[in-house]
Amino acid sequence: MKYDFQKVKKVLGKEKQFIHGDTALCYGALLAGCNFYGGYPITPASEVFEMMSKFMPKLGGVCIQMEDEIASIASIIGASWAGAKAFTATSGPGFSLMQENFGYACMTETPVVIANVQRSGPSTGQPTLGAQGDMMQVRYGSHGDFEIIALAPNTIQETMEFTIKAFNLAEEYRAPVFIMADGDLGHMREMITIPDKLELFDRKKPKVPPEEYVPFGPGQYGKKKVPEFGVFGTGYHTYVTGLTHNEQGFPATDDQEEHDLLVRRLCEKITDDREKLTDIEERNMEDADVALVSYGMASRSALGALNMARKQGDNVGYFRLKNIWPFPEKAIEELSEKVDKIVVIEMNTGQIYHKVKEFADCEVRLASKIGGEPHSPKEILEEVE
Amino acid sequence: MRKELRFSGFGGQGVILMGHIFGKAAVFDGKNVTLTQSYGPEARGGACSVDIIVSDKDIHYPEVRKPDILISMSQPALKTYLPSLAEDGILFIDTSLVEYTVMENKGIPATELAEEVAGTRIVSNIIMLGYFTAATGLVTEESMKKAISKLVPKGTVEKNLEAFQVGFDKGKK
Repeated sequence: MKYDFQKVKKVLGKEKQFIHGDTALCYGALLAGCNFYGGYPITPASEVFEMMSKFMPKLGGVCIQMEDEIASIASIIGASWAGAKAFTATSGPGFSLMQENFGYACMTETPVVIANVQRSGPSTGQPTLGAQGDMMQVRYGSHGDFEIIALAPNTIQETMEFTIKAFNLAEEYRAPVFIMADGDLGHMREMITIPDKLELFDRKKPKVPPEEYVPFGPGQYGKKKVPEFGVFGTGYHTYVTGLTHNEQGFPATDDQEEHDLLVRRLCEKITDDREKLTDIEERNMEDADVALVSYGMASRSALGALNMARKQGDNVGYFRLKNIWPFPEKAIEELSEKVDKIVVIEMNTGQIYHKVKEFADCEVRLASKIGGEPHSPKEILEEVE
Repeated sequence: MRKELRFSGFGGQGVILMGHIFGKAAVFDGKNVTLTQSYGPEARGGACSVDIIVSDKDIHYPEVRKPDILISMSQPALKTYLPSLAEDGILFIDTSLVEYTVMENKGIPATELAEEVAGTRIVSNIIMLGYFTAATGLVTEESMKKAISKLVPKGTVEKNLEAFQVGFDKGKK
């Protein structure tokens, strides 16, 4: 299928719509040119699949139900190697099953986008309710050393926009990119406006003749640490393996130097751009003594708390992380120089809190809430006092 | 203007659809709307509710704390959610399924009326919406009808609009 922005817009319908987060994930993906969805339904992410199955045939793309989540992530990795912009969405238990292949996508430098509409765990937990318990799992869940990119939207409009951004980043960095939504966002309805125009990034393809192509060598005309992508079937034969491989793609499993070179490059291609990828929303930070650090759905509660605190005359500010991984280390460092106290608001027992503590040079408190309900603003203010 | 609403009942009654229709209608009226839904793992029969905030301004915190309006379409839902109702809040109940006389409320036998009007209890939610629309004036009748036409399954629009009218007429009294 050839990507046609106007056609996608036409299929999606009206410019302004009252839709829920799962639908917004689907819209964002299709707008970004997604033409392969491999999935397995799971609450609260099932509607992403449902919407994909509705729209994909109209656009000539593929939407396939796999036998489980392991196969789903495998299918989108395969589709990506065939040149597709590939996507899957899941939640807790499915996300756990996908872990091994996240590492495979990192190791083989395959651009894929995964949405995790988080629900409470461990195990099957609270299927229909929202949580933020997978924030560390997304970063460290697969084995070995690697880096990924993870975005955390907090409105339905942003859910759509971040999905588009996720596809662009996946293509740019040749890495799996995650949208860390949650059950509340997935099932929440708000107004969205479908964009008029988009900037899309497509993976760089090799320009050299096939015999000179080095599939995992330095990038020739894009980013140095991101090699060009030889799409299967275009004459650029590539040996793709999860084993430690040399620049030609062939296994080099007993070579310390090759492994060091490869894995450090895989990490650095993302961490080198840490500051470029940092994306923060600030409100009332000019005179703030206390910063409410939050992301995703919990940041909506933080906004409620901010309004309440300001009404009471407290110097509280709002500092929202839109990109969680790579972690905005410098932004947190600088923040801690400006305020006396940071309160991290999370719908888990404390995950990003530890990352903030690692880089903040001030008091850091945690406002934790689990059980499927976002914090009430009051619960947050208790930690501010 | 900012109002918090909670529609509740059991899975299968179309409670979430009620919320969706109301939310869409409020959007047609130019309001900001946030809708969150909660339901159990059962396809039918479990507790089910949908929370809506309607406001002229941006909506930050999207959860309903003290609903100004509570609609209860089942007895267990009433029991669960009545304590959350704001002090001067308005309670709507389907008197075919909910028995309640303690505080003042607006009751309509939605399920019985549905069987009378449409020969099926499936439109009880729309009857309640009609009643609620007329009684509260929170959204315009036109927007509600437009939202119903867009959201109910094809082929059932007329029947649903008829059900809406029945509820609406009762609510005007």
